[in-house]
Amino acid sequence: MSNAEARLEILTRINRAVRDRDVPERPAYPRAEGQSRADVLHTFEDRILDYRAGFVRVSPDGVREAVRAALGDARRVVVPDGLDPAWLPDGLDVRRDTPPLTHAQLDGVDSVVTSCAVAVARTGTIILDHGPGQGRRALTLVPDLHVCVIHAHQIVPDVLDGVHAVAGAVRAGRPLTWLSGGSATSDIELVRVEGVHGPRTLRVIVVDG
Amino acid sequence: MSGLHPARPFPEAAKSEVNNPQLRANLRKVTNTIREKRLRAVGELPHWEELRVLGAATKDASLAHLSDRLLELEASVKARGGHVHWARDAAEARELVAQIAQGHGVTELIKVKSITSDEIELNRALDAHGIHAIETDLAELIVQLSHDTPSHILVPAIHRNRAEIQALFNRELGDPEHLSDDPAVLAGAARRYLRQKFLTTKMAVSGANFAIADTGTVCVVESEGNGRMCVTLPEVLVSIMGIEKVLGTWEDISVFMELLPRSSTAERMNPYTSFWSGVTPGDGPQEFHLILLDNGRTDVLADEVGRQTLRCIRCSACLNVCPVYERAGGHAYGSVYPGPIGAILTPQLLHMDDKNANTLPGASSLCGACFDACPVRINIPQVLIYLRGEANGHKGTTLESVAMGAARYAMSEGWRFEGAVKLARAGQGPLVHGGQITALPGLLGGWTQSRDLAPFPPQSFREWWREREAEGAGGEP
Amino acid sequence: MKIDLFITCLNDALFPKTGQATVSLLERLGHEVRFNAAQTCCGQMHLNTGYRADALSLVRKFVNDFRDAEVIVLPSGSCAAMLRELAPDAAHWEGDEALRSEVLELSGRIYELSEFLVKKLGVEDVGAAYPHRVTYHPTCHAMRSLHVGDAPLRLLRNVRGLTLLPLPHADECCGFGGTFSVKNPDVSTAMLADKARHILETGAEACTAGDNSCLMHIGGGLHRLRSGARTVHLAEILASTPGQVWA
Repeated sequence: MSNAEARLEILTRINRAVRDRDVPERPAYPRAEGQSRADVLHTFEDRILDYRAGFVRVSPDGVREAVRAALGDARRVVVPDGLDPAWLPDGLDVRRDTPPLTHAQLDGVDSVVTSCAVAVARTGTIILDHGPGQGRRALTLVPDLHVCVIHAHQIVPDVLDGVHAVAGAVRAGRPLTWLSGGSATSDIELVRVEGVHGPRTLRVIVVDG
Repeated sequence: MSGLHPARPFPEAAKSEVNNPQLRANLRKVTNTIREKRLRAVGELPHWEELRVLGAATKDASLAHLSDRLLELEASVKARGGHVHWARDAAEARELVAQIAQGHGVTELIKVKSITSDEIELNRALDAHGIHAIETDLAELIVQLSHDTPSHILVPAIHRNRAEIQALFNRELGDPEHLSDDPAVLAGAARRYLRQKFLTTKMAVSGANFAIADTGTVCVVESEGNGRMCVTLPEVLVSIMGIEKVLGTWEDISVFMELLPRSSTAERMNPYTSFWSGVTPGDGPQEFHLILLDNGRTDVLADEVGRQTLRCIRCSACLNVCPVYERAGGHAYGSVYPGPIGAILTPQLLHMDDKNANTLPGASSLCGACFDACPVRINIPQVLIYLRGEANGHKGTTLESVAMGAARYAMSEGWRFEGAVKLARAGQGPLVHGGQITALPGLLGGWTQSRDLAPFPPQSFREWWREREAEGAGGEP
Repeated sequence: MKIDLFITCLNDALFPKTGQATVSLLERLGHEVRFNAAQTCCGQMHLNTGYRADALSLVRKFVNDFRDAEVIVLPSGSCAAMLRELAPDAAHWEGDEALRSEVLELSGRIYELSEFLVKKLGVEDVGAAYPHRVTYHPTCHAMRSLHVGDAPLRLLRNVRGLTLLPLPHADECCGFGGTFSVKNPDVSTAMLADKARHILETGAEACTAGDNSCLMHIGGGLHRLRSGARTVHLAEILASTPGQVWA
């Protein structure tokens, strides 16, 4: 088996198959009417609550208290580099990821606090590009509780806005994780069960201003 | 059943499935629930029809430039530190995965749900190499542990009820506590069973929902988090994708992230979607392989009518609205691709001379519900009709083709048709009992298995019309 | 208006009363009905069973028989859908572009009966009387290919004495599907069982639709079950008046 041979044959077969083909015209992307900022923020809140994730909206000086409340009993917290230190309440057992924690060490952590790259109101989606304040992918995956702090100005109306917002990160080669509520399955009799392998609890804090 | 190849013709396979009360009840509940949910999810989005048109056009544009797109994808993935392989058929793809696993001395790997891997029967091939593949999607795990096969694209174990899964997990998972039949308890047991596997397994295999040529980005759409685990924690990741999954630019992904979740699980968005481009230093697998699989797809692409099948984004909306799927279930289709999309995809991938697969285009009443539901506007009824013609081309002269030819001849002239009707009317006497035909012979016997038939009336419409014209007056009933 | 009736082969041979009722109804509304006795069949059965060449020879015959028609009315949704939607595709598949453009040229003049009345003539009350409890099954081709929408329901709501009972799961296929019902009898029967159950749940005496092919299947099942319910073509209800009962 030669891979070069397979490659050449597949490409040849494709070119033969589409030789007669017209390139179809693509219509413009259909966009919804302009929504007010208040509508966008309200929609986002509605979607997050619909996913049965935690939601709270605070002023900038209320973040620390909101994070404390969101963490509840969780004490061992992994904090990615670049997260605003003013957000963290005192009295936590904070783990840093430098040098990188092993999978087993991460598994011993209760929770993670991060920011995000952008959030989409219409679908209640939080997009991580794993830049500063968000950490590598495993940090928001292994701990059972994820507290995500989002600036209100990071919330955009639609999926396409979100896609545009992270285009630079993708072109720079960064991975993305899109989160819409917590982990869930409906594989048994289509009964929705929240919390399978991902963090079983997601709590969202939106910071105004 | 395994992979793509149906072991029996559809009508024969469906005959036993429709008589399974458990299956019928499960399917009725599931399809009816998700149908209503989908209508709500779709109805909420403005411009749904425009998004469908854009989705179809985006896929078509990508397919029209497929070789350029694949070459661009290959270059982008390599530039980001990934490896790209090409597989003409299932055997080549299986061999590639096995070689990578053996290169790392791996005897166990974890898998994200991937229909493409089921299509190439990857797990069985890995077994033969002494490599055990563990399915991590809950439904796929249920299917694997019970040595069963998937029956739905989205919810592969939908033919199983909670009591069956309870018994299976109590037997197979070695959980210290006795599990109840509560789906949350059963999902919890799967979490405990798989947790150590996620944290310690060295290699994972996934499919790909989409791949972006210009950025070299691969995408896995999921709900449970097992996908994130598999594409993030192991050292080595292998993704197998059909060549039709590639899109041109990053911005092309948007329309599909609007169309797919609402059509699939009827959610606004699925809980988790992962995107990665080759290897990210310090984050995730440090070795990544992308396998580009043909396995019949270039033949589908070459067919002017059939190529729209390659737009499919595997959402399963067509299964959920299909009245035939609802009664026959996924196993009747004998392939990893069941339902309306399977009825057109399986025979095209296997070619129309496969005598079991070529009965699949017949597995439809042509009601058209699938076309209306398809987020990328695959005109499934049109392709079904087209493929029935292609299949007949491989069947030669049959009793059916002779009967059809005779009917066509009878209908070639009005007077000839009138004569044929008169002949049938004269000959139907022995079949009529109590004013109805209750048993028909030969090819038509299937009709009277559940239905009576009114006989030919004494006068056809054209005879009545001629009589009326002759009398020069309006007719009475 | 001069209306050319395409009766369809099934109605001609097995359900002539539907054709007679269609003639009576259109004449009552003041139109001239013509019937070209050369006509036979649209080719739907052949095409849907995969016999494209046979089907196209019948499409070609249809085009020749109706070339000069002002409007063509069919008391059958599936045959109208065949001629308007499928025949042009099939001609293209077989490389017969001349036939494709001819049938496309004709397609703007082809109407299923209920859409002709409501959309073309703008009539919703045809002056009918039918004092029975009736439920309406929207046939798949009328609903999804022709998009007749609620035209049949508008017509039925204006029929004197008729009690219209809503059909649960109305938009689900009855399971006929032409030769599907013969080649896949088990699945077809399973679909029919549900359709019959839903019809009987309404308590209607009769189930009506715009297509005798579906009705032959549903009615055959209802008769086999000795359910006491029956099927009636929409044209026969719309043609009925206190003085002349068609069904």
